[in-house]
Amino acid sequence: MEDIFKILDDLHPEFDYRASEDYIEDGLLDSFDMVMLVSEMEQRFGVCIDALDILPDNFCTAQAMAELVKKNGGKV
Amino acid sequence: MKTVFYNKRISGILTVLPETVARFEDEIENYTFTREQSLRLQKVMGYKQHRIAKASTATSDMCVFGLEHALAKGWIKREDIGAVIAVTLVPDHFVPHVSNAIQGRCSLGTNVLCMDIQQGCAGFILGLMQAFLLLEHMPDKKILLFNTDVLSHKTSPRDRNSYPLIGDAAALTVIESGDDTAWLNLYMDGTRRNVVGIPAGGTRLPCGPDTGILRQDEEGNLRALEHVVMNGSGVFQFVQTEVPPMIEETLAYAGVQKDDIDWYLFHQPNRFMLKKLAQKLGVPLEKVPMNVEEEYGNPSGASIPAAITLNLSACMQEGKQRCCLSGFGSGVAWGAMVTELGDLHFCDTLISEL
Repeated sequence: MEDIFKILDDLHPEFDYRASEDYIEDGLLDSFDMVMLVSEMEQRFGVCIDALDILPDNFCTAQAMAELVKKNGGKV
Repeated sequence: MKTVFYNKRISGILTVLPETVARFEDEIENYTFTREQSLRLQKVMGYKQHRIAKASTATSDMCVFGLEHALAKGWIKREDIGAVIAVTLVPDHFVPHVSNAIQGRCSLGTNVLCMDIQQGCAGFILGLMQAFLLLEHMPDKKILLFNTDVLSHKTSPRDRNSYPLIGDAAALTVIESGDDTAWLNLYMDGTRRNVVGIPAGGTRLPCGPDTGILRQDEEGNLRALEHVVMNGSGVFQFVQTEVPPMIEETLAYAGVQKDDIDWYLFHQPNRFMLKKLAQKLGVPLEKVPMNVEEEYGNPSGASIPAAITLNLSACMQEGKQRCCLSGFGSGVAWGAMVTELGDLHFCDTLISEL
């Protein structure tokens, strides 16, 4: 999970992702951020994230992102 | 709809670009990205540079420039032309039509049929379909298909969702009788029409004092009602959901396997979307050119011919390549065509002063 937070912190150091329960609702991520997260997660975890999984619900928390990595065959 | 056309061929392609190259790095101050975000986006999305027409350039200008060049080179003779089809989202005027402007300005005969089609990113496939249909009735003639847009005039430079992606271009494609067969598959869904649009300027909301005022959206983009507005996530999901099964269906209709296709020539929205599309389809990335957006910007309906002239100019003039073309976008519309391309009389890129 720390790897996910590291990616998020690198993306937006100005935000505290550990304090949010929904990054999308709290305005901490937008659609371009999701694109960059997909790219970072694919490189970090060696997975290929299915295009149809690139939905806000899968990026609203670090836990959701970890599940997304696992669903696409990666280990977090 | 699915249909098949026999004894037709694409015999020439010319992409016309404006001379001005605007670099993404020089524009990032206009957007709400930080410099670091911008550099990452540049890598992932393929934002590098785009071609922007001069403020005085109208949509027909690049077509006229391209056709005059082709006529001067002897690639096309006026007396051989049977019809001019202009596919555009942003015509010079509501009236007169872009195709008539091309006909009149290039001194084509009054027996040349002129037709405008208001379509965007699926417009190359739709335009080819129309050209093939016309050719049934004038098999000894050549049909000129123009896919042309000057979208920069209708996009806010302060809108990071749209402006870094778009590019201005026109493509001239010549269609004539020949030995090739083309399998076509097209879908439309008007219930999703609002994922891409220009709200003001038509009869629903004519331009007025308020429609040109820049307003900020929730992501910090500034745009007016007269500008292109695009729901990026909506477009992405539409493409990834609808296009792969449609392409599989088209390949099956044509009786070919994925490996039989030499080139997958898709509309060019951005590198990320095309990479995901190729992965979803399970086709090698090297068979899917995806560099038009980073070199020219996304030139709407001209993107497929631009991908051909940018990447395959040499091999398109030597022998045939089995290709799967696919366009998808405003409407929403999505379609594909499986055909052989090659032995073209010309396959070139022309830089204009426009």
